[in-house]
Amino acid sequence: MTTLTLGKAMNEGLRKALENDPKVLVMGEDVGKLGGVFRVTDGLQKDFGEERVIDTPLAESGIVGTAIGLALRGYRPIVEIQFDGFVFPAADQIITQLAKMRMRSLGALSLPVVIRIPCGGGIGAVEHHSESPEAYFTHTPGLRVVTCSNPVDAYTMIQQSVLSPDPVIFFEPKRRYWDKAEVDVESAPSDWTPLHQARIVHPGEHATLLAYGPSVKTCLEAAAADEGRSLEVIDLRSLSPLDIDTVVESVNRTGRCVVVHEAPVFNGFGAELAARITERCFYRLESPVLRVGGFSTPYPPSRNEDDYLPDLDRILDAVDRTFAW
Amino acid sequence: MTIDSVRGAPDTPELAEPELVQLLTPEGERVEHPDYPLDLSAEEVRDLYRDLVIVRRLDLESVALTRQGELGLWPSLLGQEAAQIGSGRALSENDMAFPTYREHGVAWCRGVDHLNMVGLFRGVSHGGWDPAEHNFHLYTVVIGAQTLHATGYAMGVQRDGVVGTPSATATIAYFGDGATSQGDVNESFVFASVFNAPIVFFCQNNQWAISEPLERQSRIPLYQRAQGYGFPGLRVDGNDVFACLAVTRKALENAREGQGPTLIEAFTYRMGAHTTTDDPTRYRLKAEEEAWKLKDPIERVKAYLVRNDYADTGYFDKVEDEAKQLARDLRNRCLSLPDPKPLTMFDHVYAEHHPLMTEEQEQFAAYLASFEEEAK
Ligand SMILES: Cc1ncc(C[n+]2csc(CCOP(=O)(O)OP(=O)(O)O)c2C)c(N)n1
Ligand SMILES: [Mg+2]
Repeated sequence: MTTLTLGKAMNEGLRKALENDPKVLVMGEDVGKLGGVFRVTDGLQKDFGEERVIDTPLAESGIVGTAIGLALRGYRPIVEIQFDGFVFPAADQIITQLAKMRMRSLGALSLPVVIRIPCGGGIGAVEHHSESPEAYFTHTPGLRVVTCSNPVDAYTMIQQSVLSPDPVIFFEPKRRYWDKAEVDVESAPSDWTPLHQARIVHPGEHATLLAYGPSVKTCLEAAAADEGRSLEVIDLRSLSPLDIDTVVESVNRTGRCVVVHEAPVFNGFGAELAARITERCFYRLESPVLRVGGFSTPYPPSRNEDDYLPDLDRILDAVDRTFAW
Repeated sequence: MTIDSVRGAPDTPELAEPELVQLLTPEGERVEHPDYPLDLSAEEVRDLYRDLVIVRRLDLESVALTRQGELGLWPSLLGQEAAQIGSGRALSENDMAFPTYREHGVAWCRGVDHLNMVGLFRGVSHGGWDPAEHNFHLYTVVIGAQTLHATGYAMGVQRDGVVGTPSATATIAYFGDGATSQGDVNESFVFASVFNAPIVFFCQNNQWAISEPLERQSRIPLYQRAQGYGFPGLRVDGNDVFACLAVTRKALENAREGQGPTLIEAFTYRMGAHTTTDDPTRYRLKAEEEAWKLKDPIERVKAYLVRNDYADTGYFDKVEDEAKQLARDLRNRCLSLPDPKPLTMFDHVYAEHHPLMTEEQEQFAAYLASFEEEAK
């Protein structure tokens, strides 16, 4: 066991991926010499060379587009988008090209490209550095979309994503980069939780909190703070595909559910969850599935982000409301 | 396995050192250029000097405020004062500027209160000034996007039928060396060229895009790109405020007269970190910074003023005091900037009533009020 921050665990996972397969490449802006603005790729260029850890020109469409070409030639590029707000220049390459090529080729083409995106708010950043764009990608058939919430998952999920024959959008909760945990870097992949499986991170009886990425920790804090009720917290880990069975099993037990994410609630990923839970758990639900998230406004100036982001109070307020129904 | 392309330096034979328009040497000596005559009175030079000193001082104060935790981060303009003041002072009132996030010096020339920039990076707003009031657009953080907006704006000027008339307006788009790789910037070159838009592309080549040196973006001098798009490009000493003023003036005039776009590459250097959160010791040599220090944009103007007896110590002290006073004033006003009220998040998202805004705002207001109830 080694104590690693989430950022360092990502780094170790990337290192393993580069070691395990000479076709794996890391590419993006400032990922080489600098080691990325969050130092997630620190030291990788030094150890694996400029041919494999590539500082690219400043052009996201170019980065993803050439990653597709490299994948067509047998490589497995792991692309870094420097911040969530800068993925949109690459939207055509991701949504129209990357996601659809397998199907368009009747399965002949495989594009094992991983797109890493630091996501979410809470670090006092200037605009476009705090976004939660996951729903754009879960709304795009052909992409797998996952997100880690802790160092162990960071370490394992990035390696599993690299092995995926399909493109994976990999969200990293940037304000959790500095969170620490024990990580077993010697563990065997066969012992890891499968990439697309959700995990109950805090068992409980009275209500289910569904979260992913940065919001998992906030939900765990809410569960710990709630003295009267026993709240179950599920870390979804994978948004597409979605492990709905784990969710349904839990909600059927608790009868109440609150979904938490940083993205705006309207048309956010929580809407999909609420609809599916309603379909599957209708007779067991004691109250409607409630959603807590960002407001339907552009991400506000950072001095307002504590108001915008779902916090412990807003989560518990929603739990109260499910009980008051 | 070796791959040529990752070696950095081009395999092509050494390109001849590109011509650099310079009117004032680093030693403060005036040199003439046949295409760019420039006649500045002593007072005009003193004014430029004052601009340079003040924007540097305000920038340093902003860095200090960041170090003290008052701002989230700050992208310093240190080293790029001449490029910004030279081009900024070349603009006439009607001209329109589209900045990146580092154009604090141009903002000064356009009369935008530096407090707005400080407020943006403190996190109290996403801008705060009215672009139309100053003919200075909002800062654009997404690299290169503003060059297309600028081109479209210039196409609008064209359609107004004012190009070639006394009320002609030129548009200037600012961007960095890194930005030249973006699709948006290349597309803006194409649009500007085929429509002959009245625009000046002002690229501050400060040699770095965060940790990536220019070689990651281009194998030819950036100004030479213009040729491929079909309009003139030139390289100017970006640390020479006279030259920046002269070349930008001429390019703006050309635009106003209907001669279409120009690409200006202001060859300069980012003396500081990319932003206050960056650590340049990880990717560049101190010696490079030291070499550029000798080309300081302010020292050479000072030397020129002294050499020509255009200013004495009294004047320099006065400017210094004024800059200090402005910095002190900036600090005080920054510290008393109120945090935006939570419910203001919902303002200005739409022009007209949108039921979702009202619903969420009302719910959030009730939620906030419930805490006040509890506190009673
Ligand atoms: C589309 C996009 N991608 C990435 C970034 C992150 N980023 C901010 S500044 C920067 C480097 C910009 O370099 P350059 O254009 O040379 O301007 P400079 O900062 O040197 O003034 C990068 C990569 C961004 N803001 N927007
Ligand atoms: Mg630059």
